[in-house]
Amino acid sequence: MELCDLTIHELRRLYARKEVFPSEVLASVIRRIHAVEKDYGAYLTLDLEGAVEQAQAADVRIKAGKPLGVLEGIPVAIKGNLCQAGRETTCASRILQGFVPPYTATAVRKILAQGAVILGHANMDEFAMGSSTEYSAVKKSKNPWDPLRTPGGSSGGSAVAVAVGEAIAALGSDTGGSIRQPAAFCGVTGLKPTYGLVSRYGLIALASSLDQIGPLTKDAEDSALLLNILSGFDPMDSTSVSGKKVDYTRDLQQDLSGKRIGLPLEYFEAGIDAEVKCTVLEAVELLKELGAEVVEISLKFTDYALPAYCIISSGEASSNLARYDGIRYGKAAARIEDNLNAFYIRTRSEGFGPEVKRRIMLGTYLLSAGAYEAYYKKAQQVRSLIIQEFNEAFQQVDVIITPTTPTIAFKFGEKSQDPLQMYWSEVCTAPVNMAGLPAISIPCGFSRGLPVGMQIIGAHFTETVILNVAYQYQRVTDYHQARPEPVRQEGTV
Amino acid sequence: MRRISEEDVKHVAGLARLNFSAEELRTLTDEFNRILQYLAKLNQVDTMGAPPTAHVLKVKNRFREDTVEPSLPRAEALKNASAVKDGSFQAPQIME
Repeated sequence: MELCDLTIHELRRLYARKEVFPSEVLASVIRRIHAVEKDYGAYLTLDLEGAVEQAQAADVRIKAGKPLGVLEGIPVAIKGNLCQAGRETTCASRILQGFVPPYTATAVRKILAQGAVILGHANMDEFAMGSSTEYSAVKKSKNPWDPLRTPGGSSGGSAVAVAVGEAIAALGSDTGGSIRQPAAFCGVTGLKPTYGLVSRYGLIALASSLDQIGPLTKDAEDSALLLNILSGFDPMDSTSVSGKKVDYTRDLQQDLSGKRIGLPLEYFEAGIDAEVKCTVLEAVELLKELGAEVVEISLKFTDYALPAYCIISSGEASSNLARYDGIRYGKAAARIEDNLNAFYIRTRSEGFGPEVKRRIMLGTYLLSAGAYEAYYKKAQQVRSLIIQEFNEAFQQVDVIITPTTPTIAFKFGEKSQDPLQMYWSEVCTAPVNMAGLPAISIPCGFSRGLPVGMQIIGAHFTETVILNVAYQYQRVTDYHQARPEPVRQEGTV
Repeated sequence: MRRISEEDVKHVAGLARLNFSAEELRTLTDEFNRILQYLAKLNQVDTMGAPPTAHVLKVKNRFREDTVEPSLPRAEALKNASAVKDGSFQAPQIME
């Protein structure tokens, strides 16, 4: 175990006692990056010089006994769709090659203000469209548990970086499962907050009514620490909510007696791998031993959530991505001086990858006259029914538990040729975004040597409850501490 | 459900400002039809009386005070432009 394999809360204790300093931790992270990055490809860009400066400044603050930020001297990766002023931010797309944002995303600004040392932008599926990083225009990240398999996506680079110690923690974004699914595949903890809890300002938009930024960490405690920083109203995002500031570490220690867990039958049926199902059910048994009460529930609209999600997310994406025109920012095609439309078409056709084009096309069609009523409006109505059904379920239970993914990490090429197969990877996670609920994925065991993720879903703004359940589970298990082979090898150096 | 034709897909490509080769159009048309068939599953749901949801939380439009604040300097705003002329974005010719 090296310093880079520790958690935020462990490092904070070491810093507070002046036993370890940020430069040493960063040096350990950089050694790990040099050792494994070539094999796993977590990052799009690295800014190690900038990180070294930030870490040295943190050293000075700690040695001088100055008040410390919550993330003082903690090396963090940010997903490639989070704008950082002065740093190329590409969304892993050719069309944003060379784009250097003039402003910083609120989430990034907040972690910087708490002293985080930002290492660079993590790899992702282009514009966050995908579940494997195979659609990144730059590179594929590899699953550290089996490099023949994908790490999941779209926040695949963020998950890999945390799993192999190339970062202590990372930020990702989740539209239909893009934090939780790669967290499950890589054996880390991934939280998608309630829609509106975290400002989306500076997050390059995919589907605005579904997108949320959240942390990928080594455990639930780190997740709570990061959420404390990320949450809160931002005048720059009118969909962010104002409310009383909550300490998300508040209820971690609470015991689970009396907590009611709902198991929706529909999430354990056809299409869910038998071993994944058994592993999650065993984890639920353990929660029962910890005092929780388990009740079976039914969410009848589950089957319709994914198609409705596909419609709404593609529609919103096609509208959001209309802004890439090669005029104001982004990589432009060779100019066609007398024909603006031809210039747009050339820029967009050269700049976007196949999956992005497919979704823009699908979304454009679904929003077009004739299709709008039949598909888009219908999907929005189904969305209401899904929300209503979840709300009713949360009258009976405190949390709902499901597998995070229908299968363990899949192989490269296994799904990338068939869009419907790829969309299916989000079958357990997308309904949560449709309802705007918070959910966390935590490692709950292994199947064929690969991590299995358990998803804990809460009612709106009950992050303290899902974090409590996750923390109590991790208190009595060590799946979240298991490290893949590259870490075990490097750890002995 | 009516099958989507290559012509339909070509029309959508025009709306989306995208260009595809003949082969890409063929593949896309097939994929479209498969995907739409899957999406049509929603027709099994009785949505009579269900209002459409565009936003999951009960928040209304929220406005800031209309106060003047420093904005992005012009040079910064133009930094990522593909062409700049006289302190403005320069686009290809729009009218004859």
